[in-house]
Amino acid sequence: MSDFSIIGKPTAMIDAAEKTTGGGKYTDDLSAPGMLIGKILHSPYPHARIKGIDTRRAEGLDGVVAVVVGKDAPNPYGILPVGHDEHALALDKVRYVGDNVACVVAVSEAIAEKAMELIDVEYGVLPAYFDPEESMKAESDLIHDNKPGNLEKDYHHAFGDPDKGFADADHIAEARFVANEVTHAAMEPHSTLASFELDPHTGHLGRLTVWSSTQVPYYLQHKLSLVLEMPMSQIRVIKPLVGGGFGGKSEVIPLEIIAAVAARKAQAPVKITYTREEVFWAHRGRPRTIIDLKTGIKNDGRITSVKARVVQDGGAYCSYGVVTILYSGALLGALYDIPNIQYDGYRVLTNKPACGAMRGHGTVNVRFAFESQLDELATKIGMDSAEIRQRNLLKPPCVTVNGLRVQSYGLPECIEKTVERSGWKERKGKLPKGRGLGIACSHYVSGAANSIIRSDMPHSTVNIKIDRDGGVVVYTGASEIGQGSDTMTAQVAAEVLGCSLARVRVIAADTDLTPIDIGSYSSRVTFMAGNATLRAAEDVKKRIAAAAAKKMNCAAEALTFREDLVFKKGSAPPIVKKDEAEEVEVTQAGASVSGRVEGQILRGSLQQKRKEEGPKEWMTFEEAVVAAIDFHGALTGTGSYAPPPEARGGKHKGGGVGPSPAYSYSAQIAEVSVDADTGEVTVHKVWAAHDCGRALNPVAVEGQIIGSVWMGMGQALTEEMVWKDGMLMNGGMLEYRSPSSVESPEVEAIIVESIDPEGPFGAKECSEGSLAATIPAISNAIYDAVGVRLHESPFTPERVLAALRAKRKDKALNLTEGVDPTAPARFREHGGALCFKGKGPQRHALDPARREAPASTGGAD
Amino acid sequence: MKKELVELKINGRAHELAIEPSALLLDVLRQELGLTGSKRGCDESSCGACTVLVDGVAMMSCTLLAASCQEQEITTIEGVSEHGSLAAIQKAYGDWGGAQCGFCTPGFVMTVKSLLAENPDPTEAEVRTALSSNLCRCTGYSQMYEAIKSAIAAERVGMGAK
Repeated sequence: MSDFSIIGKPTAMIDAAEKTTGGGKYTDDLSAPGMLIGKILHSPYPHARIKGIDTRRAEGLDGVVAVVVGKDAPNPYGILPVGHDEHALALDKVRYVGDNVACVVAVSEAIAEKAMELIDVEYGVLPAYFDPEESMKAESDLIHDNKPGNLEKDYHHAFGDPDKGFADADHIAEARFVANEVTHAAMEPHSTLASFELDPHTGHLGRLTVWSSTQVPYYLQHKLSLVLEMPMSQIRVIKPLVGGGFGGKSEVIPLEIIAAVAARKAQAPVKITYTREEVFWAHRGRPRTIIDLKTGIKNDGRITSVKARVVQDGGAYCSYGVVTILYSGALLGALYDIPNIQYDGYRVLTNKPACGAMRGHGTVNVRFAFESQLDELATKIGMDSAEIRQRNLLKPPCVTVNGLRVQSYGLPECIEKTVERSGWKERKGKLPKGRGLGIACSHYVSGAANSIIRSDMPHSTVNIKIDRDGGVVVYTGASEIGQGSDTMTAQVAAEVLGCSLARVRVIAADTDLTPIDIGSYSSRVTFMAGNATLRAAEDVKKRIAAAAAKKMNCAAEALTFREDLVFKKGSAPPIVKKDEAEEVEVTQAGASVSGRVEGQILRGSLQQKRKEEGPKEWMTFEEAVVAAIDFHGALTGTGSYAPPPEARGGKHKGGGVGPSPAYSYSAQIAEVSVDADTGEVTVHKVWAAHDCGRALNPVAVEGQIIGSVWMGMGQALTEEMVWKDGMLMNGGMLEYRSPSSVESPEVEAIIVESIDPEGPFGAKECSEGSLAATIPAISNAIYDAVGVRLHESPFTPERVLAALRAKRKDKALNLTEGVDPTAPARFREHGGALCFKGKGPQRHALDPARREAPASTGGAD
Repeated sequence: MKKELVELKINGRAHELAIEPSALLLDVLRQELGLTGSKRGCDESSCGACTVLVDGVAMMSCTLLAASCQEQEITTIEGVSEHGSLAAIQKAYGDWGGAQCGFCTPGFVMTVKSLLAENPDPTEAEVRTALSSNLCRCTGYSQMYEAIKSAIAAERVGMGAK
C-alpha cells in the first residue's frame, strides 16, 4: 500500500507500558541516598522591599539542615539573553504573591514546613500594579528599575502600506478583544532533584547531577552554569519522564535553580516538588491579552489590511515575554494572504506571576480576535464564513509581506474537509434555535527558525550506535514530554534502517550522553530532531550498505533495507507474511529469524557459512550489521539539522521570531448550543482538520490534535486565572476549572497531509497549531446560535448572559455585585453556599454515610 | 507524632509498617514502600492521579489515612498487570493513545477497573461520568474512550476463549 513499513501506521508509544503500569519514573518518583527535602517560602505581598531575613530560628529547629536565601546565589538569570531579571531567591525585592524568598532544607517535608514558619522576613510594602494599561502609566515604584513605564518591550511593525490598505477597503471592522489569562496546569507538578558528587582530586563538591521535569535540559544546564558559576561540563541534566509541559516546563523554573543551590549549601542531595498551588504561582502561562484589532476587506471578501495593537499582561518577570509579543504580531502573517499589516505590541510588567510560553505561544489570543472579526466581516458582506477564508488563501511557495516563507500549505484541504464532514453547507443556519456552527482557522510554526541563544549551532543533533547485537541505539537530546518524541525518533530510525521498531532503543535528554538539542518547544521536535535522526540513520545505513554490497556483489545503491532484511532492489524480499501483525519469518532453511536468541548464537558460524557460499541475494539486518562492523570497526552515525537561511525571516528588528522552516495548518468547525436562560455554552462536537505534512504516527497525531482542540475549548469556556489584588483566587485544579470528561466534546480529528519538501518524510508539527482555531470557532458558533459576538474569553455563563441581555437591551445583571470572595459576610460551620436551601449534595452510591432517607422528608434536616 | 505499627495488605501482600497515625496512604505507598505508580497531582482529591482501590472501591489515596486502611485490600497500579503481562485496559491505553504524558494514567486505569468491576458493559455516558473523578490535561479524554471500548471487547474475547 505505502512505501513505508514503520511510519504512517498507528503505533503505541514505545514508553506506553511504563506509563500504564506505573513503572515509569517521573522526577518526584526518584530518590537518592541521604536525600533531603526542600520547601520554598513565598512572598505574601505582590510588591515589597525585603528589609531583612532572619533565618536563625528556622536553622535551630531539629532536622533542618540548611536555609537558603538570595545571597547564596546572587547571579541573575532568565530564559532569554535579553531578560536576565530573575534570581534563584529574591535579593532585595519581591514582585508577586508567590515570589521566592527562602528555601528550607530538612530531613522531612513536615519539618521543612514547620521551619518555614520560623523564618522572619521584614517587608516594606510597595504600591503594586495589576492592570497592564495602568501599569504602563507608572512613574515611581517601578517593578524593575531599568524598565521605565513598566514596559518590558514594545515593537512597532508596518509591512506593505496599511493605511492605503484601509483606504482601499470597502468594509472595515474595528473592536477590542480581551483574552484572559490561562495556565498549563500540567498534571505533573514541577519537581527537581539535585545532587553533587565529591571531586576525587580536590576533595570538595564536584560535578552536579540534576534530574528535573524540564522540556529543555540544555537550557537548564546553561542557566545552572550561570547561577552556580560552574562550567557546563560539570553539570549533568537528566530528564526523567515528564508529566506534561505545554510550555510550562520549557524555561528554567525557580525550583530547578533553587534545588541545586540548596544541594550545594546542604552538601546533600535535595529534592523539591511543587504543590499544586506553587505550580500556579510558577505559572509562565498565556498572558491576559488586550487586542485592538482593525481589519479591512473588499466586497469580494479579500483582506486589504490589518492593524493590531496588542497589550500583554506579562507578570513580574520577562520570561519568554519578548518572544511572545513578537509571535503575536508575526503570525498575523502566513495563514492568509494579507498584503498590509501594522502591528504595535506592548509587553507590560505587572505584579503577578510571570507569563511565558504556552501551547500556541503568542498566537492564540490574537487569532481569536482575528478570526472573530473576519467572521463579522463575512456576515457584513453576506458571505459564507468558510468562503471568506477560501478567498484569502496564500499561493505557496511564497514569502509573506512580513518575511515568512511558506512552502507546503494544506489549509485549502483542511477547510474543504471540515466543511464536508460537518455538513456545513447543509446545516449552517438551519439548526434549531440556540444551536449553531462556527468555523475558524489557525497555524503554527514547526520549530522556530532561530534559537533564542543566537549561534550557528545546529538546533538538533542525533547520534546512532549499532553494535554486534544488532541493536540500534539512538541518542537524542529531544525531550519526550508525552507528545511522542521518543516514539517518533525510533520510528524514523527504524524506517530508514529498515529494521523493526523493537530493535531501536532511544536514549534521550541526558546532557552527558546525548548531543545538544534545544528541546521540546515551538513544536520543533518532529521537524528538527526528526530530520537529524533521519540524517544520522542515513549516515549509518550508508556504512552498512557498503559492507553488505560487498558481500552481495552489487552496488550499495542497489540495496533495499526493509523488514529486518537487506536485499537487492527489485528482487522479492525472501519473506512470507503470515499475518499483518505477526513477526516476519524467514523462509530459507538454515538462516535464523533475525532478532531471536538462536540468531545471536549462530551469528559467527552463519557468517562463516555465508563466506563459503559466496554472494547472496539478501542478508538479514544483523548479518549486514556484523559485516559492516567487521568492515568499518565501530558502527556509528551522526546527523544534525539547522533551518536553512531562506527560512530564517526578514531583517527587521524582531524579525527573528515567527520564521519557521514549515507551518502547520488547521481548520475547525464547532457545533455548540447556548442556553439563553443561563448563558451556558455546550460544545457538542468539533471537526478539526490539521495539516501535519505527513502523519508519522497517526494515533499520536490525532491525540495531539484532539488535545489541542480540548485545551482550546478549556480556554474558550471555563479556564481563567482569577486575580484579586495580585492574589490568585483559583489556584487548584477544580477551581481553575480544567474540563473533565463530562464537559469534553467529541473531537473528530481529520489528518491532512501536504508532504512538506523539507520535513522528515514530509512531516510538520501537529501539537500546537490546532489550539488557536478552537476559541474563535466556538465564539463564531455562539454567534450563529444566538446572535451575540463575544469579545472576551472565556465565554462563561456570566459573559454570555450579559451579551444576550445587552442585545435585548435589558438591564445588565451583575451577578457578583457586592460579593467579596475574600471576606464572606458570615461563615457556615460546614461551608457550602449561603443561599442553598435544597436537599443537599447527593452522596456517592458507595458512601457508607449515604442514607436511604425517605424522599418526603429529604432536606428537612 | 509517635509512630504506630500497622499492617497494610497491598496488591495481595501484607506489609508491616511503623507510620505516624497522620500518614496519608499516598505518602506511605510512595515513600515507605516505593510504589511510586500512584501519583501526587494536587493533594486535595481534585485530580485523581493517586486513585487506588480499597476493597475494590476507587479511592483517592492523597486524602486517605493509611492507618484507616488496615484489614482492607488495597490495590495499586502496580498490582494491575496480570501474570506478567499487561491487563487489557493497560494494553488498550497504549494502543489507542489513552496515555500521552502518562502522569494521570495510573489513576485512570484504577478508576476504569473499578467501573468495569461494577458495570462490565457501561454506556458511553456511564464511562464519561465515571472518568470525571480524574483529570487529564493531554488527551481531551477522547482516545481514552476508544481504549476503554477496545479493552471491554478484548476482555470479552478473552473470556470467551476460556
